[in-house]
Amino acid sequence: MKQKVATSVNGRRHEHEVEPRLLLVHYLRDNLGLTGTHIGCDTSQCGACTILVDGKAVKSCTMFAVQAEGKNLTTIEGMAKDGELHPIQQAFWDEHGLQCGYCTPGFIMAAAYLLSQNPNPTEDEIRKGLEGNLCRCTGYVNIIKAVQTAAKTMSGTQAKKTTVAAGGN
Amino acid sequence: MAVTQLVGAKIHRREDPRLITGHGHYIDDFARQGTAYAAFVRSPHAHARIKSIDVTDASKAPGVVGVYTARDFKGQLAGTHPAAPAFVAEKKYIPERFPIAEKEVCYQGEIVAVVLADTKGQASDAANMIQVDYAELPAVMDLEKALADGSPKVHEDGPDNLCWDLTYTGPEVTEAAFQEADTVVKQRILQNRLAPVPMEPRGVMAEYEGFDKKLTIWMSSQNPHFIRLFVSGAMGLKESQVRVISPDVGGGFGSKISPYPEDYLVPALSRIADRPVKWIETRTESIQNATHGRGQFYDVEVAAKNDGTLLAMRMTQHLDVGAYCGTFSAFQACACLMAGGAYKWKGGISARTIGILTNRVPTDPYRGAGRPEATHLVERMVDLVADELKMDPVEIRKKNFIQPGDFPYTQNFGLVVDSGDYEKSLDVALKLAGYDELRKKQAEGRKQGKYIGIGLSTWIELCGFGPSAATAPATGGIALVESAQVRVVPTGSVLVYTGTHAHGQGHETTFSQIVADQLGVPIENIEIRHGDTAEGTSFGYGTYGSRSLAVGGVAVSKAVGKVIDKGKKLAAHMLEAAEEDVVYENGSFHVKGSPDKAKAFGEVAFASYGMSLPEGMEQGLEAVAYFDPPNLVWPFGAHIAVVEIDAETGSVQLQKYVAVDDCGNIINPMIVDGQIHGGVAQAIAQALFEEVVYDDETGQLKTGTLLDYNIPGMGEIPIMDLDHTVTPSPTNDLGVKGIGEAGTIAASAAVINAVCDALSPLGIKHVDMPASPDRLWKQMKEARQ
Repeated sequence: MKQKVATSVNGRRHEHEVEPRLLLVHYLRDNLGLTGTHIGCDTSQCGACTILVDGKAVKSCTMFAVQAEGKNLTTIEGMAKDGELHPIQQAFWDEHGLQCGYCTPGFIMAAAYLLSQNPNPTEDEIRKGLEGNLCRCTGYVNIIKAVQTAAKTMSGTQAKKTTVAAGGN
Repeated sequence: MAVTQLVGAKIHRREDPRLITGHGHYIDDFARQGTAYAAFVRSPHAHARIKSIDVTDASKAPGVVGVYTARDFKGQLAGTHPAAPAFVAEKKYIPERFPIAEKEVCYQGEIVAVVLADTKGQASDAANMIQVDYAELPAVMDLEKALADGSPKVHEDGPDNLCWDLTYTGPEVTEAAFQEADTVVKQRILQNRLAPVPMEPRGVMAEYEGFDKKLTIWMSSQNPHFIRLFVSGAMGLKESQVRVISPDVGGGFGSKISPYPEDYLVPALSRIADRPVKWIETRTESIQNATHGRGQFYDVEVAAKNDGTLLAMRMTQHLDVGAYCGTFSAFQACACLMAGGAYKWKGGISARTIGILTNRVPTDPYRGAGRPEATHLVERMVDLVADELKMDPVEIRKKNFIQPGDFPYTQNFGLVVDSGDYEKSLDVALKLAGYDELRKKQAEGRKQGKYIGIGLSTWIELCGFGPSAATAPATGGIALVESAQVRVVPTGSVLVYTGTHAHGQGHETTFSQIVADQLGVPIENIEIRHGDTAEGTSFGYGTYGSRSLAVGGVAVSKAVGKVIDKGKKLAAHMLEAAEEDVVYENGSFHVKGSPDKAKAFGEVAFASYGMSLPEGMEQGLEAVAYFDPPNLVWPFGAHIAVVEIDAETGSVQLQKYVAVDDCGNIINPMIVDGQIHGGVAQAIAQALFEEVVYDDETGQLKTGTLLDYNIPGMGEIPIMDLDHTVTPSPTNDLGVKGIGEAGTIAASAAVINAVCDALSPLGIKHVDMPASPDRLWKQMKEARQ
């Protein structure tokens, strides 16, 4: 019954035998112990479980683990490198873009994808780009600011080429 | 407080590094070896008799440890769900509530059985195999019909559906004023039922160690010490045998204050099965079972003079209690006590609250709890009077405000408003919004057929629960004061334990700002701890009612003061000086007038664990303090919303939102603004988007997922223009007031007043919430006919 799945998560290779019905988010949390990816609903509305799959933002509750076969995944745990926060993480911190923090990993991952596609989004483009994520604490005001700040920082350090746009590996 | 460096500054949050990197510890991130997972079987009916439960197939399913029904918990759990007196000391009828239904289910979602299995999937699979045979009963859904003679009953064996009916002040109080009035304005105002929807649902994990008789509960709670109190009592354990750990909490908004059935059942299951048991709520379970807020309607009458003087108010609150009386359900009756708002009512206020049982999930405090309702009703009524008298909403407010010289002001119900300057905050808001310019634009827009509206809310609230004299009777004995413990370890760093908790408010940051300034030590030397009943003081009181800073923060400051006092005694001994000559400044004890004759805080801390102490002094440098506030605190402010309503579709575009709030002294302006943003967003959500809808006949929940329950996304909440006035509270030494609920208390009135203002050319005077496109479209269509 169980099926093999081999993925690269945050640059590390993993191989497991899993039930075909296992959702990717449960695989990340329960099999790999990557609990930074959160579950906030059961209808794919909230976006708390957003990760990058081959560089693209995906709600990891909408995929089975076995569908991630051969893919490169980036979770929130893979964003900071060598003890340094990713500019989006830093911007969420600086702009008070989080309160309880539960939705935050999903927002950061969705923002990473947005900025990889559109490095200098307008306020309206940020609102549209992150409309798949819900936050109950911030009223979104400071999340928008955080994404704007991150965009500025990242365009200033484009030469360094952030790892996110490349798919996290 | 001594030299201020950090208090008042935008200090980045100390809790953020773990949260932005995925290293927070929420309840579902905890695991214990050998855990069994629980899945609950819940009633699909709003009201039914349970005829039989067949667990045969489920018991044989793979991985199943056991299947349990009410009978199995009879010897495990005693007592009924606690219902505090709160603001209604005498209740007519409090239905008995056992955490799992045996004979009758009274709301959709009520637990009837539970499966334990080795994995979550197995538990859930087996739960689906349980066959429950129900005989459906009529569902009581309408508040007025529920009170009518011959109504079906929410509980078959109950006397009727009346939970409480309390008249605080009768109509005779306002009789003279209503006689004298030039005009009387009446309105029924609805308060839509809301689901709190913290992004992290609830969850409980419990491990009972039978040989030690020790129970550890991990759960997502605003209130771990009260959970320890309730669960130990129900399980027949000593309170000291139970440890409750509430780690990072992913939002609460009031829905994680009271105990829930699962909070009893999961620990009991651990004792029955002799292994750790874990349950994490799904979103649908959360919307279906976590307590709701609001769910009320008000009949209000205001008597006024032609010059705009407000004379008197008569109001009756009809409150949907739900199927059982929530632990703090009757707290919501404070809407009556706060109905006067920021105004003087010389002719009095007549207030009555009626709590009505229905076959819905119970209501309990939700962000603001009673105060958003009070603001909404008084601010709506003031606008209706202004409209009647053709006055500007600003003018009528200014005419009736309680004035700065009136404080402390004893309002109509004997509560003492500690401080305020309502006109000042309104003036700042008017200027920030460009009010006169907005009115001009509105007039021009109206000529072009545009529905533009400007709405005000000059809100006040009471928070910081609270003084022992008021709160001990309200809880049934325990005063909602707050405790703190400060422990200075030998090398001088500081552990601070607070009995409050946090679910996003940033106490690890703000409390350490207070301690760092008071002690004059770097913030890095301070750790703020909360949420574990095994640490710190013997009791803590949790977070709700915007109390954490105004009660808990002050307790922390008091405990630090005690540490400094002991330090002074020791430093005097070390410096061979008289204690009264020693002063403490910038992290150092020195002799008055001789700054070089000094001992640093760290030196004194280390010495306190040594041998050269003054006679009679014990080793160590630590202190416990409780703060029993002499009064509640009374924040206030002025909000202004500007909307434009689409003439064809009825959809509301929120074009501008201005919020000027006064929470006394500000510890961290960044965090205060964040609280306002989130609070306002939740009120905008109530005003325009959210409503828990049940079928009127069957009691089926129609909004059980985030597909149907419309919490606003990024496209729906505008950028807000914020400012503050600062009127320090005389109630505590820090001069602070709560700000966690302010935005939610203020904003629904501003938005709906703006909507009503926008639609006034159509002759529409009042709009209920949520002012959704379909509601407005219908109202506009009727008005045009």
